[in-house]
Amino acid sequence: MVCIPKLRKGKIMRGLKSFLRYHILEPLKILASDKRALVGLSIVIFYVLMVAVGRLFIPLDLTPHREKRYLGPSWEHPLGTDFAGRDILAQIVHGGRDVLPVAFLTGFVTIAIGTAIGITSGYVGGKLDLAITTFIDIFLTIPGFPLLMVVAVWLLQSGIPINIFIIACVLSITAWAGLARSVRAQVLSIREEAFIEAARCLGLSRFHIVFNEILPNVMPYIAINFMLSSVSAIYSYTGLQALGLIPYEPGTWGAMISMAQAYVGTITGAGCWYVLAPSITIIVLQVGLVFLSQGIDKIFNPRLRER
Amino acid sequence: MTTPLIKAEKVSKIFSVGGMFGAKKYIKAVDGVDLEIGENEILALVGESGCGKSTLGRLMLALLKPSSGSVSYYINHEYKDVWSLKGKEFREYRRNAQLIPQDPYSTLNPMKKVISALTPPLLRYKIARNRREAKKMAAELLEIVGLSPPEDFFERFPCRLSGGQLQRIAIARAISVKPKFIVADEAVSMLDASLRIEILNLLLNIRKSLKTAYLFITHDLAIARYFARNERIAIMYLGNIVEMGRTEEIIQNPLHPYTQTLLATVPIPDPKLARKRELPKLRSLEIPSLISPPPGCKFNTRCPYAESICEKKVPELKEVKGRLVACHLF
Ligand SMILES: Nc1ncnc2c1ncn2[C@@H]1O[C@H](COP(=O)(O)OP(=O)(O)OP(=O)(O)O)[C@@H](O)[C@H]1O
Ligand code: SF4
Ligand SMILES: [Mg+2]
Repeated sequence: MVCIPKLRKGKIMRGLKSFLRYHILEPLKILASDKRALVGLSIVIFYVLMVAVGRLFIPLDLTPHREKRYLGPSWEHPLGTDFAGRDILAQIVHGGRDVLPVAFLTGFVTIAIGTAIGITSGYVGGKLDLAITTFIDIFLTIPGFPLLMVVAVWLLQSGIPINIFIIACVLSITAWAGLARSVRAQVLSIREEAFIEAARCLGLSRFHIVFNEILPNVMPYIAINFMLSSVSAIYSYTGLQALGLIPYEPGTWGAMISMAQAYVGTITGAGCWYVLAPSITIIVLQVGLVFLSQGIDKIFNPRLRER
Repeated sequence: MTTPLIKAEKVSKIFSVGGMFGAKKYIKAVDGVDLEIGENEILALVGESGCGKSTLGRLMLALLKPSSGSVSYYINHEYKDVWSLKGKEFREYRRNAQLIPQDPYSTLNPMKKVISALTPPLLRYKIARNRREAKKMAAELLEIVGLSPPEDFFERFPCRLSGGQLQRIAIARAISVKPKFIVADEAVSMLDASLRIEILNLLLNIRKSLKTAYLFITHDLAIARYFARNERIAIMYLGNIVEMGRTEEIIQNPLHPYTQTLLATVPIPDPKLARKRELPKLRSLEIPSLISPPPGCKFNTRCPYAESICEKKVPELKEVKGRLVACHLF
């Protein structure tokens, strides 16, 4: 197209308004009607804020203070101090800076791969479907975390520069296949629905049928899986860090757990704050994501909303 | 009749069921059907549940591929098999042959608002030049089918609408592309009796203004009689058309034994006429399975007049008293 329609100011404003209404305000209203989802959303927003702006207010000082080792909670150190006498709260606030992006990016990569493969397999069918399902089934028999460990070790030795995108791709290795399989199963049943036949009869394109008729029906499922694979990415990521299979910067949650293992060993006595703080931080975030995922279903599924 | 718009020639559809585990079985849902529908004509297709009406409708719309025989559409001055149509010609056929499906509750995408069901076809065939125009047309369509004010319906999801409203939207969507031929599959059977006449009249009004032809599928002879008055009726039994002709003639004087028994179930207000139409009893109420239909005339297990030839020879449709009947009695 050569001609670009002249956009008047009024038109932009109207577009913006309807976008706000249908894509921000309405979903929020739906979420607000579900207490659990609201709690989940608050938790997730809190974490995002903490990671994004919290560190501007609470500085991170990693210089050791021998005299302050393993202190309990106090005004000066609300969560106590670690084996080198450094503030735990500051480490918690700063420690999510890698976990959150990795978790969400993994969720995104997982649903992108899982959905694309699942829909292709279910909609195209035939030999391609057979090949894909066989591949998926073989993949699903490989245990997840051990596979991650092997890939992580291989990655470390291969010399490939490790950035969060690479890490996200590695972490989604264990998640995409299950998602692809369920998406395929859903597409197979949606394909037979009367409204798909109606769309075919109206001569609507394959593109329209896949993206406008089938995809919205799989969307609630995909959104939930986005949350859930983010949750499991947090586990795997911190787990791999704690095992030292993925390099970590000091002062991240994974590093804290790893150090706690090395220096404290048990969660009794003086060091317990140092172990508990990052663990609880991670668990609360996961609970938040799981709660939120339940509300997400309602946003995408008009049948679940009450009037 | 003028040149038919669409015709089926010896069209059959065989479904295979089972397989994987156990033996594969074959269902001959439609068995060598011939029919023609002219412009602006109505053909009511009547038969019991499971006799293959919807399957025949889908074959006419190229939503199913025939196992044998063909469905042809009159395009560019000749009849062409709809499965051989390509590009522009196929698009023209697609646009002109529409469906009003059987179950209003599943014909709209549950995840999409009403407006998103109505605008894509208008944009697809460039009936509307842009979204705004499509929205305006959608509003007009909803007015036509009796949903007003239309703006109240645009943003609603199907789960918030009643069966009658959903059926009206399905009708609006089917007529939005101005088709020449509509297969209306049990368009009123899922609706309350009070709504039925209203929807039937709506379909008849649409026919007047758009000059559409209908293949009107129903299991209810009374509804067929109302909808196809002064037009034609075809009676279907286990995949075959057993009688086809002018509606009034068939209702007044059914010839095929199956039509006679079907008519016995239609209440007649006039008692004198009712007595005159005393009908012989069916030999069996059981409908034979489509997987292994009886040999010869498929009705012979139930037919009160069955003779020995009926089990051996399949009766052909032939002209009797200005209509077509498939029975050895004639
Ligand atoms: N896709 C399919 N696969 C296998 N069998 C099918 C399929 N579609 C229909 N059949 C079978 O073909 C036969 C005819 O079905 P069809 O839906 O055409 O009947 P119908 O006359 O429309 O019945 P109803 O009044 O119940 O809608 C039935 O026995 C049905 O089970
Ligand atoms: S052919 Fe024989 S069995 Fe079939 S309807 Fe006629 S009389 Fe009855
Ligand atoms: Mg049917």
